[in-house]
Amino acid sequence: MSERQLTMSRAMVDAIAHEMREDEEVFVMGEDVADYEGIFDSTTGLREEFGYDRVMDTPISETAFIGAGVGAAQAGMRPVVELMFSDFFGVAMDQIYNNMAKNTYMSDGTVSVPMTLMMAVGGTYNDAAQHSQTLYGTFAHLPGMKVVVPSTAYDAKGLMHNAIRDDDPVVYMFHKRLMGLGWMPAPDGPKTAVPAEDYTIPFGSADVKREGEDVTVVTLGLHVHRALAAAEELAGEVDVEVLDLRTLVPLDTEAVLASVRKTGNLVVVDEDYRSFGLTGEITARVAESALEDLAGLERVALPDVPIPYARPLEDEVLPQTQDIVDAARSLSP
Amino acid sequence: MPTDQQLRRMYEWMVTARYYEERLQEEYLVGKEPAFDISAGPIPGELHLAAGHEASAAGVVAHLGDEDTVTAPHRPHHIAIAKGVDLERMTAEIFGREPGLGSGKGGHMHLFDPDVNFACSGIIAEGVPPAVGAALAEKKRNTDNVAVAFLGEGAVDQGAFLESLNLAAVQDLPVVFVIEDNDWAISMPKERITDVADASKRGAGHDIPHERVGHDDAVAVFEAARDAIGRARDDNGPTVLEVQVHRRMGHFMGDAEGYRPEDDVAAAHMRDSIERLEATMDDAGIGREERDGIRNDAESRVDAAIEWAKDQPEPDPTAAYESVFTNPPSGVTDTEPATNGGERQ
Repeated sequence: MSERQLTMSRAMVDAIAHEMREDEEVFVMGEDVADYEGIFDSTTGLREEFGYDRVMDTPISETAFIGAGVGAAQAGMRPVVELMFSDFFGVAMDQIYNNMAKNTYMSDGTVSVPMTLMMAVGGTYNDAAQHSQTLYGTFAHLPGMKVVVPSTAYDAKGLMHNAIRDDDPVVYMFHKRLMGLGWMPAPDGPKTAVPAEDYTIPFGSADVKREGEDVTVVTLGLHVHRALAAAEELAGEVDVEVLDLRTLVPLDTEAVLASVRKTGNLVVVDEDYRSFGLTGEITARVAESALEDLAGLERVALPDVPIPYARPLEDEVLPQTQDIVDAARSLSP
Repeated sequence: MPTDQQLRRMYEWMVTARYYEERLQEEYLVGKEPAFDISAGPIPGELHLAAGHEASAAGVVAHLGDEDTVTAPHRPHHIAIAKGVDLERMTAEIFGREPGLGSGKGGHMHLFDPDVNFACSGIIAEGVPPAVGAALAEKKRNTDNVAVAFLGEGAVDQGAFLESLNLAAVQDLPVVFVIEDNDWAISMPKERITDVADASKRGAGHDIPHERVGHDDAVAVFEAARDAIGRARDDNGPTVLEVQVHRRMGHFMGDAEGYRPEDDVAAAHMRDSIERLEATMDDAGIGREERDGIRNDAESRVDAAIEWAKDQPEPDPTAAYESVFTNPPSGVTDTEPATNGGERQ
């Protein structure tokens, strides 16, 4: 196994390029994926290796090119389609949730949609209400899409291999702050050793990123790293376990329950809106199956407000490391 | 031909807008260099500057009043300045300060000044349908007011624009669609992504009058816009107007434009709409001395607005929870912090 260290973006591209070499049916399309190589470096080097035919810049017509991705996938190809920001989903949601997500079911499985829809998510750089959302809960709520949220380069590569090989539509949500962009420094953590060869990470397998005995923190994406920082800060005081969900659909409920049964305390951390989202869903699943083991519960999430622009306002609403520290501490025995 | 007074006003808007973008460029880069870090420095977030776009705003807005509605895209400052948006409060918003147009909640892509019926938005073509809606309201109320939607040439492939053309045409609405063609949709050249070079032809399929002004000459824009806006005011329906402009400062600040041929960048700087208007003003007898006076006043006003904005306080963090609703539902608190204070069993 190679010990080379890759940023998350490089690891994603590593997997896409591998799949494109192996399978002529895999192609990439989206806005600014060719010459710009992805606004968030999600397609670096691909146009150079595979040319404009397989790395296609599209018009600014999300309904058309995402819908075209569905059609190409139904015709047997394996398109990797980029929606630049998850926030732009509104332009094309009909194609996403009425076609991409439902055609398999409505056809009783006679049609499949082996398509990967990748998109950048998240805030922390003051891009305001229309360019900062994660929308994890929105995509996970609507049935028919698998939803992937990597937090490290290693996971990003394995999950991308899975996504492209999967016969179902996969929404692959990468956090901008984790990509290792020159202009948006990543925290320590997402850059990891990544094997050169291909490998898969099964969907629905959460990963214990840190073991602990006192409090379970369930989270994903950027907040895996904030939870790890919080755990470090609490070391010697509260022993925090950090569980990275890695995929929302399917959700590794058993891993959540196992950790809660061990620690008895649950903090769910989400960069998405609080109401009707991940924090409520995880809490409900624990309540259904492990209520007797649950001594304390905290939800740390974006309050139900659009994400504001000015720094003090964005900092106020985005869950910070300190919010996780406070939540875990409030539950500790 | 515009009157001398109209020439002076267009010139004032254009030099104000150009200097504004140059000053914002300087301020934006403070603290973000040498290694560009988007989340550092006094100006938060992304910044899309409109240097090279001034002629389209000046030539169109010269025919509008405060009561007419304008929507702008993510590159909005030149249009806002011409429309008379409060310069100090716009600047404060861009700096994320408390007295900003949106008290720091909106930012540079989301500026709202209802006093002069101006708004802009961050997603491609999303401001077009609301302009149609403003025109619909004016028509229903039987006023003479019109609406103008500004959009980039990359936006002509969006359903929001194409659907709006049909709605405006079938309802005969007083709206003008102004396409600012700067040749580039971030890194994608127009010829790679759009089927026709003259996107004003999008109007033809709807029998909407359409015209392209092939160079960024404020007077040529003024002439074309006079016809278009006149048609709208006379209840003769929509028009599509396309104006060739130039992108002088990249898609956003921090965009190194590695995808763009050097001669294309150089060309954008050579064809300067402000110099073109100055030549016209020379012919009209509005000489350099008078123009320098206009320019100096404009620059002083911009400098003062920026200095004022930088002196303003940042918003209090608790303001983040206010204004989600105009009429907050009773029994629901608007002020919930990120953690919920503990739900122990």
